[in-house]
Amino acid sequence: MIPELGHFFLILALVNAIILGTLPFYGAQMQHQGLMRLASKAAIGQFVLLLASYICLTLSFIQSDFSVAYVANHSNSLLPLRYKITAVWGSHEGSLLLWILILAAWMAAVAIFSKTLTQVVRARVLATLGLITVGFVSFALFTSNPFERVLPFIPIDGADLNPLLQDFGMIVHPPMLYMGFVGFSVVFAFAIAGLLQGDLDQKWAKWARPWTTVAWIFLTIGIALGSWWAYYELGWGGWWFWDPVENASFMPWLAGTALLHSLAATEKREAYKSWTVLLAILTFSLSLLGTFLVRSGVLTSVHAFATNPERGYFILTFLGFAVGGALTLYAWQFDKIKSKTNYTLISKEIAIVINNILLFCSLLVVLLGTLYPLIAEFLWQEKVSIGPPFFNPYFSFFFAFILFLIPFGQNMNWKQDNLKSVIKPYSVLFVVSLGLATLLIWLIVGAIEPLALLGLMLGIWLFIACFYYLFAQSRKSKSWLAGLSKISLSYWGMIVAHIGVAVSVIGIVITSYYSIEKDIRIKPKESVQVENLSIYFADFKNFNHENYLSSQAVFEISKDGSYFTTLKPEKRRYQVSKQLMTEAAIKPGFFSDLYISMAEPLAEGAWAIRLYYKPFVRWIWLGSILMALGGLLAVSDKRYRQKKLAKFKTAKDEAVI
Amino acid sequence: MKPKKLLIASIPLIIFALLVLVFNSSLKKDPRELETKLIGQAVPDFKLASVTDLERVLTNEDLPKEVFLLNIWATWCVSCYAEHPYLIKFAKEYPIKWIGVNYKDESKNALAYLAKGGNPYLYSIADVQGTLGIDLGVYGAPETFIVDANGIIRERHVGVIDDRVWHNKILPIVEKLQSEQGAN
Repeated sequence: MIPELGHFFLILALVNAIILGTLPFYGAQMQHQGLMRLASKAAIGQFVLLLASYICLTLSFIQSDFSVAYVANHSNSLLPLRYKITAVWGSHEGSLLLWILILAAWMAAVAIFSKTLTQVVRARVLATLGLITVGFVSFALFTSNPFERVLPFIPIDGADLNPLLQDFGMIVHPPMLYMGFVGFSVVFAFAIAGLLQGDLDQKWAKWARPWTTVAWIFLTIGIALGSWWAYYELGWGGWWFWDPVENASFMPWLAGTALLHSLAATEKREAYKSWTVLLAILTFSLSLLGTFLVRSGVLTSVHAFATNPERGYFILTFLGFAVGGALTLYAWQFDKIKSKTNYTLISKEIAIVINNILLFCSLLVVLLGTLYPLIAEFLWQEKVSIGPPFFNPYFSFFFAFILFLIPFGQNMNWKQDNLKSVIKPYSVLFVVSLGLATLLIWLIVGAIEPLALLGLMLGIWLFIACFYYLFAQSRKSKSWLAGLSKISLSYWGMIVAHIGVAVSVIGIVITSYYSIEKDIRIKPKESVQVENLSIYFADFKNFNHENYLSSQAVFEISKDGSYFTTLKPEKRRYQVSKQLMTEAAIKPGFFSDLYISMAEPLAEGAWAIRLYYKPFVRWIWLGSILMALGGLLAVSDKRYRQKKLAKFKTAKDEAVI
Repeated sequence: MKPKKLLIASIPLIIFALLVLVFNSSLKKDPRELETKLIGQAVPDFKLASVTDLERVLTNEDLPKEVFLLNIWATWCVSCYAEHPYLIKFAKEYPIKWIGVNYKDESKNALAYLAKGGNPYLYSIADVQGTLGIDLGVYGAPETFIVDANGIIRERHVGVIDDRVWHNKILPIVEKLQSEQGAN
């Protein structure tokens, strides 16, 4: 009964979405108040219906209703309750429902928090989101119904959730990622509404910007969580693999980052409207593209869902309508978008252009590398695979320029600035950062790698330049505190986010160049010496857990002769799926991680274990947290609060209608 | 709008249209379909024990002199558990022999697997070291090779064989080969 109810709610949601995606558009065109007002109500109704449907699926999981195919394939009666709840998004059908639910949540948020929008704009934004919902709900209903029953032969028990997904990181990673992906649909909808209206005024950017930032924050956290999860769960110590699906989440992030910057120019200076709108379309299109790549099976990846060509064709068709439609509208209205160009060569506007060009080039590297296997097969019928040897150098090349230029860009004034005053303070900083980088590398290891030195220098350069910026601001007033308090929250956001970039870069460079990996053979009650660490295999135990058997080794590790830590890596055998899992044991540290994973049993009770020393690896995720925090500070800026906007509206708004 | 400007404005649309074209064609291909040099070649030589009878040594001579299916399986392979019931069903319903290659597995696990899930195979080759698997270029289990009456590999399928794969891919080839065999 419950699955049918969920299915029914999903069908109602489709009907509701069709209403939402059509009538308000018509209302906006005809100036029909009632039809326009319908949009907000339908948006909130959409959320309620989808939430109900989602709860039904969750209930089916909690009750272990194995007559539902999706539950039978991805759950098991032995699965702990928390994983039953999260198994809902453990595979294609359920995660798609979560995707749609999150889309509806964003839509409801727009309906609630956009009281200051003109009715026409709100109706069009919500209706655009409604059309996107139509696409996704039909995708779920017609190709990927999570409520499908297996009757009459009901499985006695389920096939279990993939053990890789029975983990905290995996519980939070997909929802965060989807919040980001889907969040970009809002700015997309704003772009469509703006294009339909013809002219994009400053207000357009002012509305779109905080929504974009919030989506970007979620995506940043989502990607960082995925990377962190891969690091501790996959057992080979890596944190980024340029896997097509990772790329699929990284591309909207790069486009979204470019968009954040160009939106700033559009909001403050009415510059680059046309480009900003295109980026807004592009960012969400890349989110959709990611969905297509992951869920159609055109690319092989560790993440790929069970594939089915019908699904691929469905999303491709949808992609064609959504993106093709948006781009056609863009081409149609291109002429009407007028930007102001009252800035000189040395100005923040130009800095943002350079930022966008470089981010766009990095994006193209990732896009090309991800799609090249498809393109090569299309053009030359060749199978190729593209990996880190392609991505690392080309991506780093463009990113190095970005890192080098951020300090100048963030210090520039709008409209016009003086080249000398922008560059002057930084020559000293540049030398200092080179010195610091050399020193740091010399401290960590003896050998100096030129590329590592360059990367580290750029990271440190950006790091100290951000603090220098704060220092310079603090000197502008009588007391330093007064100086700092004059910096607006959005500037604080920018600085904190840029510090985050620096911190991540420092972590990435040091981990990539100076990690140590050792394979050792070790027997119980035996010691092995690796560099300055002594590893003692103290014990080997078997445990019975709810749904898996665990073989745990206990290693007592001493450093330079004194006790350092005890690590307990595991091998797990999941009873239902019979899958073997390697659980690494990690001793985390601010400056380095020690990481042990069990490879395989050898003769006479000995084990092959892998030992990793990972310097500065935590900095990668610490930096991501700082970036997200920067975003949070930026959206907290008081100019986005309702009252100010309301005033703005009464002054200028009515003229638009 | 002037034509030139319209062209500029349409660039994103044109690029997108080209990409859709590429995607559309790649959807038609299964990326998991691996090119194999083995198609058209004989099954590689092997000399290995049987899973159910460790005393019995199997070689190429023991392969059926008719069209048969060579299925790579293992107890550590999750998808094999999903595939197994289908194999039982197909082995029962269609007149074709299945030969198993138990790939990099322990024989007691393999025996328990067959005892519990049923045995669709005429026999299974115990490829403990994975040598036959390597010669076959096995990419991951499960994999299935269609071999003709002359011991020549005619087709390869990577991944689970379910009803759809069976009816759309495997069975048509098997029936065609069987009718060729009958004609000879």
